[in-house]
Amino acid sequence: MRPPLSALIGLTLTGLFLFSAVFAQWIAPYPIDASAGKVWEGPSADYWLGTDSIGRDILSRLIYGGQVTIFVALASSALAFSMGAFLGFLAAVSGGFVDQLLSRIVDLVMAIPSLIVALVMLSVLPLNLTVLILVMGILDSTRVFRLSRAVAMDIAVMDYVEAARLRGEGGTWVIFREILPNALSPLVAEFGLRFIFAVLFISTLSFLGLGVQPPLSDWGGMVKENKDGLIFGKPAALLPAAAIAALAISVNLVADWVLTRTSSLKGGRGG
Amino acid sequence: MTDQLDRMIETVRRGRMTRREFVGRASAMGITAGLASALFSKTALAQEAKKGGVIRVGMAGGESTNSLDPALAASEVPYQVNMTWGEMLVDVNPDGSIDNRIAEEISSSPDASEWKFKIRAGVEYHNGQTVTAEDVVATLKRHTDEKAQSGALGIVQGIAEMKAEGDMVTLKLVAPNADLPYLMGDYHLMIQPGGGVDNPTSGIGAGPYKVVVNEPGVRHTFVKHANYFDSTIGHADEVEILVINDNTARTAALQSGQVHMINRVDPKIVELLKGAAGIQIRAAAGRGHYVFIMHVDKAPFDNNDLRMALKLAINRQEMVDKILGGLGSRGNDFPINAAYPLFDDSIEQRDFDAAKAAEHYKASGHDGSPIILRTAPGAFPGAVDAANLFAASAKAAGIPLEVKLEPDDGYWSNVWNVEPFCASYWGGRPVQDQMYTTAYLSTAEWNDTKFKNAKFDELLLAARGELDAAKRKGMYKEMAQILRDEGGLILPMFNDFVSGVSDKIAGWVDDPNGELMNGRAQVRCWLA
Amino acid sequence: MHPILKLVVQRIALGLLLLLAVSAVIFLGVEALPGDTAQAILGQQATPEALANLREKLGLDRPPLERYFAWLGGVLTGDLGTALTNGADIAQSIGQRLGNTLFLASCAAVISVPLAIILGLIAARHAGKWQDKLISGLTLTTISLPEFVAAYFVIYLLTQVFPVFLPVASIYGGMTFWQKLNAVALPVIVLVLVVLAHMMRMTRAAILNVMQSAYIETAELKGLTPMQVIWRHAFPNAIAPVVSVVMLNMAYLVVGVVVVEVVFGYNALGQYLVDHVSKRDLPVVQAVGLVFAAVYIFLNILADVISIIANPRLRHPK
Repeated sequence: MRPPLSALIGLTLTGLFLFSAVFAQWIAPYPIDASAGKVWEGPSADYWLGTDSIGRDILSRLIYGGQVTIFVALASSALAFSMGAFLGFLAAVSGGFVDQLLSRIVDLVMAIPSLIVALVMLSVLPLNLTVLILVMGILDSTRVFRLSRAVAMDIAVMDYVEAARLRGEGGTWVIFREILPNALSPLVAEFGLRFIFAVLFISTLSFLGLGVQPPLSDWGGMVKENKDGLIFGKPAALLPAAAIAALAISVNLVADWVLTRTSSLKGGRGG
Repeated sequence: MTDQLDRMIETVRRGRMTRREFVGRASAMGITAGLASALFSKTALAQEAKKGGVIRVGMAGGESTNSLDPALAASEVPYQVNMTWGEMLVDVNPDGSIDNRIAEEISSSPDASEWKFKIRAGVEYHNGQTVTAEDVVATLKRHTDEKAQSGALGIVQGIAEMKAEGDMVTLKLVAPNADLPYLMGDYHLMIQPGGGVDNPTSGIGAGPYKVVVNEPGVRHTFVKHANYFDSTIGHADEVEILVINDNTARTAALQSGQVHMINRVDPKIVELLKGAAGIQIRAAAGRGHYVFIMHVDKAPFDNNDLRMALKLAINRQEMVDKILGGLGSRGNDFPINAAYPLFDDSIEQRDFDAAKAAEHYKASGHDGSPIILRTAPGAFPGAVDAANLFAASAKAAGIPLEVKLEPDDGYWSNVWNVEPFCASYWGGRPVQDQMYTTAYLSTAEWNDTKFKNAKFDELLLAARGELDAAKRKGMYKEMAQILRDEGGLILPMFNDFVSGVSDKIAGWVDDPNGELMNGRAQVRCWLA
Repeated sequence: MHPILKLVVQRIALGLLLLLAVSAVIFLGVEALPGDTAQAILGQQATPEALANLREKLGLDRPPLERYFAWLGGVLTGDLGTALTNGADIAQSIGQRLGNTLFLASCAAVISVPLAIILGLIAARHAGKWQDKLISGLTLTTISLPEFVAAYFVIYLLTQVFPVFLPVASIYGGMTFWQKLNAVALPVIVLVLVVLAHMMRMTRAAILNVMQSAYIETAELKGLTPMQVIWRHAFPNAIAPVVSVVMLNMAYLVVGVVVVEVVFGYNALGQYLVDHVSKRDLPVVQAVGLVFAAVYIFLNILADVISIIANPRLRHPK
């Protein structure tokens, strides 16, 4: 089936973002820390999108910032999914004590606001990308756990799973050969959403001063660096904000397309 | 010079300088006696401030953890709040002279080791009691009690004996100190009934306004203390201090008229804000400075060539332009500038010199491994950007400087004074002696560069008891040179206090002692 | 006992156990932070003597376990203790701020929940048409903006370009209800923008899901208008997923709006908590964490119960 127009737009944009993130070093006109121009210059032939709060090229920083933002969001979502989905399936397939234990642990973690947990953890641990990804991935895996457990519960009662069990297949086999393929579609759609929330979450952390190491910067950090000019009509902060929104929308369009063939929408902004 | 004149005019406006004094000082600045005299009359006449109304201040630097106990004041909002309800023995005028408040007269023994403060008669607290010499002694004693955790502990520890007799407070010092009155102007030393021993957080003082609402981190409101002793200040009926930590929201609040003045205007937006109708930007050159500090006792910073290489590899003018938006001045690697009495401006200004820096770097024999500079957004405003600029200019001199970002949270306990090289700031002190004693004396508790120099210490102690200003100035110059050439302090810039003030406010005078007129803008200004 | 009542009692009991576990986890978490309250309070002014004095005064020299149980005993008797940093009574500080938090959350909820559901119904009614695409596109945009971007945009638009509101949401006792509404207008707009999309999209998805059922076809054959079909037949059956996502967003409005509070200087629990986290004020972090967890758990129980009552199939479990 040919994807609809919106999905095509989403796919193209997502592809473009990924491309510029991967090849940032070759595309960006200036090095990330080069401070050449004046503060908050408008767009010009030298600086296509103008300069930022200390005179760096915004276009270059957007490209590098995209690399960081997309990499961290992708890595933490991937971590959240591999952890959350595996444990969710495990809980659904095993039932009983394992299910109870995992579900209660997840309840516990979810009952504490994740932003607060992140703030506390990030202020204890040394600030680097690995820690950032681990913290975000682990926090997010609770939501994935819930979804995958629910999906797996539905699948686990299907005849073909019963048949597999009667054949004497082990839990791991059931998870990877029966449940995973059938749960893939809702999980892919959810992945899109969680990826977006990850992008927004990094931005929020950077905004609160617990983001990425300088001179690297993610888009949220760039908004923060330039926000003071906003109320004077200096648009430097709007560019990274627009980039966040454009990335979020394009990934969402793709996720929507996947979602139309599945049923429900779960998850939520990290509360 | 205009700065100094402004400050003198403010002093006159407050009725604390006679015509003769004013004309004398003005002539010293090259102003004719006639002009000075006319200026004096005009200023003295312009005193009729308008009474009434509500002055609203929007401020960064307040947290919900703040307290009204003056001993614990550390950030900007508590400072401003305490200056609204509290009164000290003395205050410091914008021109650096002493302003007698609760102390009506001050005298000292010839060797400056014993000081007498005559307590002004009939000064009333908000609760109706009268300020007594006993209260003053009890207040000072409370700050010596280590359990009070007072920020002024270091100051009151220099007092060996205190005594109240009638309206006279006598302080005998451990060692002579010509600057003692300045120390009594420390903002922690608000005089409280009974010394505030029973209830340090009551907010009852002898200042011009009474506390009405105290919601730390949110809002503080005050009404005029009807029986305040000084009719020349405290013009508004009510004062409101709103805590607005977010820069953008604070600026927007000023622009939309929600508040009349704001502190800490981000240098980046100064140019933009200047264009806004009804708003003035007031930049007061102060003593505060932003620094990068090296521990001189730890490798590789124990090598003076390496220290010198780093000092030469920082582009001071670029820092002033980009980090301070031009509102500040270049530093010279010692913590004193023209805002201090007895400053000597003949010390050569150090500037960016990549070639010389490279030379020193080579001479240091450093192995080329990365030199880590730690910083955090809260180390000082623009600290992360400044560190990045430093790293970029050091690169030009071939020095492998690497910036490491630390979280704000825990920065002052885990990084500052612990790691050998990091970003920090100092607010400055009213006099040179106090600044050097706080952070550069070998035995100083806050010796954050681990600087230990016998000659320097000797000069500092000698200068403290020296009553001859010229001799003292010479000693301070020598100390400055030692610190500049051997110390672990890299001081790229002195920052101005940048405030945004609405046109509705009159009576504003830039004050180098602190931001928002040293915490008194809401008390000294009026609604035009 | 009625099965629903039994379920509710079970859930509440479980919730209380969970709360206890949460308090222990928060205690351990803050305990593990480097540095301590004394260092955090004194900051640049921390000398060894001052530190030792402050620790003694605050009782930080006692073993952690002892402090935890002392605190727990206090909570059970309704005493949350006093803040280490400024000695303020915690129950009182929280009480006032919780009121502000709930006020802001309810204002945002009162607008966003009906709006989201109505938009969701309209989108579902015209699924695939331009109305659907417009609504979906707009909400997709709002969900894709970080809160602080939305906040600065709203500040710029409504205080500078069109000076309708004040940028700082200052709220205090003695204000009339109308003054309070006016003060929180900007944060409410931002929060509505942020939570709208999620709820609207869920409503739309859930309705479309139900619309494929056989009984909907029957209803359509009876000659009801599409909106009648949706309102009377599809919506009641789609309520469970909608309620769960609404509750999720309500929980977010209460516990997750720190950034909005910071930007607008709104005096509520999030900012209070963040201030005290950075000062390591354990009793306050414990107490606020507990309140947040309680809100979250309560909303979850509520969502479950509503879903069960609304859904005939769940109402009579096998």
